[in-house]
Amino acid sequence: MISRRVFLKNGAFTLVSLGFAPSFLARTAYAAGRSGRPKQLIAIFQRGAVDGLSVVVPFGENEYYRVRPSIAIPRPKSGDGAAVDLDGFFGFNPRLQPLKAFWDARQLAIVHACGSPDSTRSHFDAQDYMETATPGVKSTGDGWLNRYLQARGAHPSTPFRAVSLTQQLPRMLQGTAPALAVNQLGQFGIRAGRASETVGASFEAEYAAAADRVLNGTGREAFDAIKMLKAADPSSYQPGNGAEYPPSAFGQALKQIAQLTKSNVGLEVAFADVGGWDTHVNQGAGQGQLATRLDDFARSIAALVTDLGDRMEDTVVLTMSEFGRAVSENGNRGTDHGHGNAMMIIGGGVRGGHVYGKWPGLSADRRYEGRDLAVTTDFRDVFGEIVVRHLGVADPRPIFPGYTVQPAKFPGLFA
Amino acid sequence: MRKLLVLTLAFLVTLPAVPTGMAPDSDRAILHVLNRIGFGPRPGDVDKVRAMGLDRYIDQQLHPDRIPDAAMIARLSELTTIGMSSREIAETFALPALEARRERKQDAKDNGAEALKRKDPEQERASRVMLELSEQKMLRAIYSERQLQEVLTDFWFNHFNVDARKGPDRFMLTEYERETIRPHVLGKFRDLLEATAKSPAMLFYLDNWMSADPNGPHLDTRMNRRGIARVRPQQQQGKNAPKGLNENYGRELMELHTLGVDGGYTQKDVTEVARAFTGWTIQNPRQGGGFMFNPRVHDTGEKVVLGHRIKAGGDISDGEQVLDILAKHPSTARFIATKLARRFVSDAPPPSLVDRAAARFRDTNGDLREVMRTILTSPEFLSPDAYRAKIKTPLEFVASAVRATSADVQDATMLVRTMQQLGMPLYQCQPPTGYKDTADAWVNTGALVSRMNFAVSLTNNQVRGVSIADPSAVRAMVGDEVSDSTRATIAKATTPQQMAALTLGSPEFQRR
Repeated sequence: MISRRVFLKNGAFTLVSLGFAPSFLARTAYAAGRSGRPKQLIAIFQRGAVDGLSVVVPFGENEYYRVRPSIAIPRPKSGDGAAVDLDGFFGFNPRLQPLKAFWDARQLAIVHACGSPDSTRSHFDAQDYMETATPGVKSTGDGWLNRYLQARGAHPSTPFRAVSLTQQLPRMLQGTAPALAVNQLGQFGIRAGRASETVGASFEAEYAAAADRVLNGTGREAFDAIKMLKAADPSSYQPGNGAEYPPSAFGQALKQIAQLTKSNVGLEVAFADVGGWDTHVNQGAGQGQLATRLDDFARSIAALVTDLGDRMEDTVVLTMSEFGRAVSENGNRGTDHGHGNAMMIIGGGVRGGHVYGKWPGLSADRRYEGRDLAVTTDFRDVFGEIVVRHLGVADPRPIFPGYTVQPAKFPGLFA
Repeated sequence: MRKLLVLTLAFLVTLPAVPTGMAPDSDRAILHVLNRIGFGPRPGDVDKVRAMGLDRYIDQQLHPDRIPDAAMIARLSELTTIGMSSREIAETFALPALEARRERKQDAKDNGAEALKRKDPEQERASRVMLELSEQKMLRAIYSERQLQEVLTDFWFNHFNVDARKGPDRFMLTEYERETIRPHVLGKFRDLLEATAKSPAMLFYLDNWMSADPNGPHLDTRMNRRGIARVRPQQQQGKNAPKGLNENYGRELMELHTLGVDGGYTQKDVTEVARAFTGWTIQNPRQGGGFMFNPRVHDTGEKVVLGHRIKAGGDISDGEQVLDILAKHPSTARFIATKLARRFVSDAPPPSLVDRAAARFRDTNGDLREVMRTILTSPEFLSPDAYRAKIKTPLEFVASAVRATSADVQDATMLVRTMQQLGMPLYQCQPPTGYKDTADAWVNTGALVSRMNFAVSLTNNQVRGVSIADPSAVRAMVGDEVSDSTRATIAKATTPQQMAALTLGSPEFQRR
C-alpha cells in the first residue's frame, strides 16, 4: 500500500493504472517512504581535459592576460565575451551565464586548482585515475562510484539504482555492485520487429522459470526495467519548471537522468559524459570552439537543475575533467595538457556561491613543473566530502583505498 | 505426516548415487569439453569428438601445430594488416595519420577550427588496423580448429593485457598478439614473460619505456666537449622525456603477471624491480621500433629483489634476473594455476586441483602445456560441479552463438561492434588487470538484454556480413541441454528463427 501511495503522489509514470508494479519498485518505494528520498549523485565527466582557466576565469591575475594574449576571457564588464564576475577575482566564462542563477542562489560551488597528485598528462591514465580514485595505481579493479554502491551494502535492489547514460559502463561505475549502462531509455528492450512483444514475453518466461538463481534474478530485473521504461514512454517526457534541454546528446542524457529521478525508480547514482574539450588549436575565448562546447554544457546542466526543482534538495551534481590545461597558450592559439582544474558542485545542500580551494597563483614560480596550474585540493577530498557529508557514508575508507579521507581536508562544501 | 516422511526417505534411498564425474564418452562430457577448451560446439562436433575419443581430442588440442587449419587461414586472407610488423604498420598507417593530423592543425590555424571537424581519411585508414585485428580474433574464435590455442591466446592476452587506446599501442597490438602471445601459450611461462617484458606494446602501456635512473643520465656517456654533462633543465624536455623512475611496470609485473597481489612482495621490492628495468625501452615508439636496452638511463646500483641480490654494475641482465626470480617463485605457480583453473573449471576452482596444477608448474619449470594437461585431464574438470558452472564472457557468447548456427561470416565487423554493446570491446580493456573471469562481471541487466537482442538479430540474418542457412540446426544441437521449461517456451515459438533466438538467448546458453 505504501508503494501505491508514493506512486500516486510522486510518480510521473502511470504504472499502477497499467496494472504493473514491479517487485523492486515496491521495495524501493517502501524504503523511500520510511526514510525519505535517497540521496542522489549525478556525476558528469568532461572527457578530454577542459581548460578550467577559461571556465572559472581568474581575471584578478595579470599573469593570466600576459600569457594568454589571444584566448584569455576579458575582465568583467569589458564588453563582448567578458567574464561574468563571481567574487571580484574569479568569473564565469560568459557561456556559463545559464549557471549564474544557481551561484547567486548559493547552490553552486566551485573548487579550483583541484586535481590529482599524479603528474600524468595522458588523458588515458588521468581519466583512469579519476574514475578509480586511485591516482598512480592502475590495477584497481573497480571505480569509486561502484565502491560507493558496495559500501552502502544491502539495499533495495532496483536496476535503476546506478545508471550511466552512455553506451558502455564507465570505469567509475564498474565493479561488483550492479549498474546499468543505457544510451537511450526508449531503446532499452527486446527488439524483434513486429514480433518484439511475443519474443520478449518468451524470453521473460525462460528467465522467470530458470532454476539458475543468478540469471533468474537478473532476468527478472531486466524485464521489470523494460516494462518500466516502456510505461515511462521517454519520448513524451515533459520537463518541469519550464526547463529547456539543448537537443545535443549531452542535453538529452541529462534530460533522461531527470526523468529517471522524478519517476522514483530508486536512482541513486547517475553518470553522463561529454567530450570535445581537448582544445590544442584555436581554442577561442568568449566565442569559438571552447565557448560553443561550454554553451551546450551550461545550458544542459541548467536545464537539469531547473527540471529537478525541489529534488535538488537531495541531489548533488558534480562535474569533473581529468586534468586542466597549461597556463600559457601554445603556438596554435590553443592550450596543451596541464594539471590543476576546476570542479563544480551543485545542490540544495551545497554551501554555494564560493570558490573553494587555496589559489596557488599563475606566475611561473607558482606553477606545477613551471607550466601548469598547481593542485592544492586532491580530487579525492571533493569526492570524499560528497560521499561523507552528502551521501552519508560513515566509513569512506573502502571507497578510497590507499588514501586517508579526513574531514580536516574537506573543502567545506557542505555544512 | 509420517507417511510422507517415509515416502520421502524411500525416494531418497532409491536415488542413484551421486556420480563422481561425467562419463568421458557421454554427450554431456563432450559438450562440456567443447565449451571449455573451445568456443562451444558446432553442429556435428559432438559426433566428431565421440568418434576420435575425448582423450585423444584433448591431447590433439594440446598440440595445435599438428592440427591443419587451412579453412580458417583462408578466411583471414582479406585482412591484409594482420601479418604486418609494427614497423610496417607505422609506416603504412600511423605516420601518414600523424602527418595528416599535423597538417590539419596547421590548416585549423589558418582556416579556423572547422578544419578539425572534417573527416580525416588517413585517420580512418589507420583505424583499419584495430578493426582487422579484432575481426581476426573473432574469426579465429569461430572457425579455428585449434580451439584451445585461441582460448589460451585470449586468456594470456588478457593476463598480459594492453589497451589499444593508449597512444601508439593500437598499432603495436597486431604484432604483440601474433609474436609475443600466441607462440608461447603452450610453451614455457618464462619465455612468455620475457616476450611481454620486451614487447613495445607492454613497455608503452605500463610506461616502462620512459623509466630512467633518477640519478642519470650517466656522465660518461653524455658529456660535451668540456666534460660537463649535458643535462637540460626539466621544463625544456618534451613531456614524454624520461624524468626518473616509473614503478608502474615493476608493480604490475609482480601483482598481475607473476606473484599475484598477495604473493609476498613489498613496496621496496616494487622499487627494486623498477630500478632493474630502467633502460628497457623502445626504439622510437611512434615509428614501430622494437625493444632496446639503453644503458645510459639504466640504474647500475645493487638491487635486492625478494631476498635475491642482484649485483651492482649489471645491465640488461638485471631485468632478466628479475624475470628468473619471479618465474620460479612458488607464488607465481599458484597464481597462474589458480587463474587457469578459474578459466577452465569454475569461478572458485577446487583447491585440490589448484595444488596439483601449481605443483606441475613448479616441477616442469613453468611448462604451460603440462599445466594445461593436468587441468584438462583432472577429475575436477569433468566433475558435475564444473558442468555449466561458468557464465560465458561476451566473446564466448558471441563466438559460441555463431558456431552453433554454422553461420557463414563474410565480414566480422558487426560481430566486433556487438562486443562493445555487450560490454567487452575487443582489445580495449582499460586496466592492466584485463577483463574479469567471474560471473559477477558479466551478469547485469543491460548486458543480458543485449545478449537476447543479439540472439534475435543473428538468427534473423540481420547481422550484416553474417548469414545463416538453417536456423533449426541450433535447436537440434542445444535442445537437449535446456530445461523442460525452456524447451516448452521455445516450442511455442512460431518460426524456426524465433526458436533459434530463444535458444541462443536462453539462460542455459549463457553458461558453458
